[in-house]
Amino acid sequence: MTAGTLDATPRALAPAHRRRRRREQLEEALLPPLVAIAVALVLGDLLILAFGQAPAAVYRQLIEGTWGNPYGLGQVLYKASTLACTGFAFALASRAGLFNIGAESQLAAGGFAAAAVGLLLPGGMPALLAVPLLVLAAMAGGGLVGAVPGVLRARFGASEVIVTIMLNFVVLALLNWIVSAHLHVPETLHTPTIAAGTVPRLGDVFPMFRGSAANFTLLATVAAAIALWWYLFRTRRGFELRAVGLQPEAAEAGGVSVAGVTWRAFVLAGALAGLGGINYVLGYKHYFEEGFATGSGFIGIAVALVGRNHPVGILLAALFFATISQGGLAVNALVPKPMAEILQAVIILTVAMATPGVQRALRNARQRASA
Amino acid sequence: MAGIHKSFGAVQANRGAALEVAAGEIHALVGENGAGKSTLMRILAGLFPPDAGTLSVDGRDVTGWSVPHAIAAGVGMVHQHFMLVPTLTVAENVVLGMEPRRGPTLDRGAAERRVRELGRQAGLEVAPDTPVAELSVGEAQRVEILKTLYRGARILVLDEPTAVLSPLEVEELWGVLRGLRDAGGTVVLITHKLDEVVAISDAITVMRAGETVERIRTRDTTPAAIARAMVGREVALATEGVAVGAGLDLASVERDEVGDGGGRGHGAPREGAAEWGSPPSGSMSSAASVSITIPPPPVASPPALRVRDLVVRDARGHRHVAGVSFDLAPGEIFGIAGVEGNGQTQLVEALAGLAPIAAGEIRLDGHDLAARSVRDRADLGLSHIPEDRHRRGLVLDFSVADNLILGRQHRFARRGLLDRARVDANAAEQIAAFDIRPADGLLPARALSGGNQQKVVVAREMGGAYSVLLAAQPTRGVDVGAIEFIHDRLRAARDAGKAVLLVSADLTELLALSDRVAVMFRGRFVTVLPRSQASASVLGPYMTGADGEAVA
Amino acid sequence: MIVLAFLAQTLRIATPYFFAAAGGVLSERVGVVALTLEGFMLTGAFCAAVGSYESGDPWIGVLAGVAGGLLAAALFALATIRFRADQVVSGIAVNLLAVGATRFFLQLLYDSSSNSPRVPGFDGAQTAGVGLVTTLGNPLIWLGVLALPVLGWVLFRTPFGLRARAVGEHPDAAGSVGVPVTRIRWTGVLLSGALAALGGVYLALDQHQFTDNMTAGRGYIALAAVIFGRWDPKRVLLAGFLFAAAETMQIQLQSMQVIPSQFVEMIPYVLTIVALAGLVGRAVPPAALGRAE
Repeated sequence: MTAGTLDATPRALAPAHRRRRRREQLEEALLPPLVAIAVALVLGDLLILAFGQAPAAVYRQLIEGTWGNPYGLGQVLYKASTLACTGFAFALASRAGLFNIGAESQLAAGGFAAAAVGLLLPGGMPALLAVPLLVLAAMAGGGLVGAVPGVLRARFGASEVIVTIMLNFVVLALLNWIVSAHLHVPETLHTPTIAAGTVPRLGDVFPMFRGSAANFTLLATVAAAIALWWYLFRTRRGFELRAVGLQPEAAEAGGVSVAGVTWRAFVLAGALAGLGGINYVLGYKHYFEEGFATGSGFIGIAVALVGRNHPVGILLAALFFATISQGGLAVNALVPKPMAEILQAVIILTVAMATPGVQRALRNARQRASA
Repeated sequence: MAGIHKSFGAVQANRGAALEVAAGEIHALVGENGAGKSTLMRILAGLFPPDAGTLSVDGRDVTGWSVPHAIAAGVGMVHQHFMLVPTLTVAENVVLGMEPRRGPTLDRGAAERRVRELGRQAGLEVAPDTPVAELSVGEAQRVEILKTLYRGARILVLDEPTAVLSPLEVEELWGVLRGLRDAGGTVVLITHKLDEVVAISDAITVMRAGETVERIRTRDTTPAAIARAMVGREVALATEGVAVGAGLDLASVERDEVGDGGGRGHGAPREGAAEWGSPPSGSMSSAASVSITIPPPPVASPPALRVRDLVVRDARGHRHVAGVSFDLAPGEIFGIAGVEGNGQTQLVEALAGLAPIAAGEIRLDGHDLAARSVRDRADLGLSHIPEDRHRRGLVLDFSVADNLILGRQHRFARRGLLDRARVDANAAEQIAAFDIRPADGLLPARALSGGNQQKVVVAREMGGAYSVLLAAQPTRGVDVGAIEFIHDRLRAARDAGKAVLLVSADLTELLALSDRVAVMFRGRFVTVLPRSQASASVLGPYMTGADGEAVA
Repeated sequence: MIVLAFLAQTLRIATPYFFAAAGGVLSERVGVVALTLEGFMLTGAFCAAVGSYESGDPWIGVLAGVAGGLLAAALFALATIRFRADQVVSGIAVNLLAVGATRFFLQLLYDSSSNSPRVPGFDGAQTAGVGLVTTLGNPLIWLGVLALPVLGWVLFRTPFGLRARAVGEHPDAAGSVGVPVTRIRWTGVLLSGALAALGGVYLALDQHQFTDNMTAGRGYIALAAVIFGRWDPKRVLLAGFLFAAAETMQIQLQSMQVIPSQFVEMIPYVLTIVALAGLVGRAVPPAALGRAE
């Protein structure tokens, strides 16, 4: 993975060569997604035409159904919030040189932990106390699931790619069993509603958003972005984590414990994914239901990839992917919504394909220009 | 080959190099590191085309051919780093790409028969059904040669073939090469070891800085003349008849005249049962009887670093450091010489806390380091310039400022937060003090030249408070200006009372800086001499394994 | 009789694993991570349903399924080998694409978001029997049982196999003696797509329809079998059989409620994690796995 662009460094009065570098980094970051969007648009046109629709009309519908009205925007914000959290989870591990394919089960575990603890709380508990408690529960739940690949990798060198993939199935099956055997409301597949610790929806305060799932756990996502940025670029641990991700042997010589960074990164990544679980459980449905996390883990990878593992990039990329996802629903009357899934996959694939090539091409071009 | 030019980016590896090899001779291609020998040979083997110049084999112009062409024409190359698949057997490696078939299947029997047959003919016997991972380095090299012979090679190119071999294995290799020559084959041998040149070759081509400077018959020249041609100036320490040039590897030429070294060990170990990438370890104990009188450190003060009976093994149990003891005093530079791969790397890594120690004791100002982490050691006053700055020394994508605190990051943090202002102040200070260019702490280390990158490492390790410095290959691959700068710094550190352990493959550097010099061979110190008694001619024989017979 | 019925059902469950795992072994042996088995299977299943439905001949379905798998594999190979895209990210993208594309075309062709029309399969009798006779009458089951042994023979007995193993372990060494590394990787990935697709073909023809996301993680179980079987076709065959037997057992015992089904589902994954941690013999992958040349 390419990491390490747009890093935070003080830049009071940047000299020319530094400004140039920053511009070059930006080019490298933006070009692959732009190429990908172009490819996706062309392909999207073809798919729309295959269904006998006019691309322009479909795209107009897509924009109107998302950013064009408060409900659509609310849905985009809601989805983006979850995707950003799984994006953070992938990005944090990625900065440490690790693949976290397990965000989906970490997210689910976070949501489950929040619901399970929420069910234990007395009904009259003030939100100011209950919400932070459930947020911590969600992060602990996700962190616990994240700890497994972290420790197995740090202790035994087990491939975290395979462990996280396999663990997704194990954790989801486990949660499924707990809910279906012990916690579900009869005739449903979800837990009872939590008594305390719910978070109001945006629509409760701003009536125009009424009906959409957007809720104030959105703020937690933004806070997580800031915290992640702070951790990566301002703390000693973040410095050490990035050093391990870029050059583990130099980090080791610099007194950094690679094993320590590995498990810590996975626990924190899991906690960030777990945090995403409150969006559904505290802010939307107020119960845990198996399946709410489906797909968010994989799209989170795309979000981190397009967002270049940077918290700000991830927020923007999360909005982008949420727009496609919600847009798919908005145009469902004209074109089946799986079109959105196709476009998301194509964008991931194109970004992955374009990144090494774009880097090489840009660097060659600059070398020629400076030679 | 004539007028060969080849550049890689800004580096001109070959500038009008020429090579002419007669059929049926053993031809040595010599030159210092970086003289362009390997590049020239890779062009011959078809790995890449030359930018200019012509290449002909058997009178046919074959300029710019590819590997399959070269193989088909009978040119076989044995790379310095073996190109063998460890999980496959000897026979499988040999026939890979040109497999004998029986119907649609691989004819394993035929492959193994052929390997045995070739091995018998050329004196290269290896069990064909052994997985290559289980072979010693010498056996692996035999497989490499068998691979070329299996493909019908008549021109065999060997790139630094002896770097990894024990003396006995070197002798066996010479036997094989002579056999090939006597059977009508042609051998080109790349080396920078003059004793090998004299021992084996019929003719010599000398390269320097990408150009061919001399072509001569071996019997018409002397080692001193070859050395002069390699280095390009008069370098012979005339009294001892030994040539030593900057960067010139150990030159134990005319070793008969080198008799007065004192304390020389006896009977170099003979068995060469080495595993992959490790020095021969099976026979370490046979050198145990070497008696060395270690001269006391020049300054009569308690040692800053005290090492006793240190043993270092790798994860597979191979012993790289086999019982090393020494004291390092404040105010001295203690140099460690030796052919690379004799445990110097592992010694430094163990001292730095990067490799676990199997036995022995390390004390820094009296503190036992055995259980201390890298960070604890740094806090106790240990600094470390790693031998490979790209791998261990720097995070290339970090800024210079960040690299300047790597390893000290906890001292630049308050309650877990990095103090950016102090990081930047530190960068400004070190960049000025060590003249790092360009003087911009926010540039990524990757953007700096090799010399400036090394200065970043040196500034970090020597710019703050410390008492003991481990300097491993501190000037490798840097420009002359930076070399002088770093040398001055090392001397200044010594004069300021720091204890410096200097490991270098460059004998000239060691002799120029050290107060005492030890020679490391197969994980042990085979001699330790005060500077006044050390010279290239004295140290040379120790570096090849004690006394003269070892490389006879 | 119970034993035979058990064996028959296990074989039916194991067949997709055998095919996909064979593809996985081959792909990983040439150095390309086999995260895409799920996507290849799903594509194969969909194309088989379309081919079989449109032609009325299940063999056309088989061909269409294999073609679909080849196409998906070509896309993956193009990304990872030609463009050197990250193998893990590209693999996930191909899987997502397979889910989205099959859904899309299901709607486009059959106007359904859940399943295709009923398609002809290999069991002539229209009963969805579990008996030994119907099982043995399905040629795909025979092919599935043979897939891994044949792959083992190819890998360890033919020149191509030798080259493939060399490419996956040490591509530079293979390249230095003129082995066409890129071509071997392409071949390995394409064949892996075809093999995994056959697993999907079997599912679609066995159930006489394509249903949305019908592979339901079987590609990952096959990957688990590859790792648990340590990339050795013989062991992988046993692993696939073991995983299938556990499922059969669970189905047979379902009424008795001995163990919750979720725990049986976990078996392949837990075993694989345990194997990776080195607690039961170390699983060491091909040395060049995942590296783009």
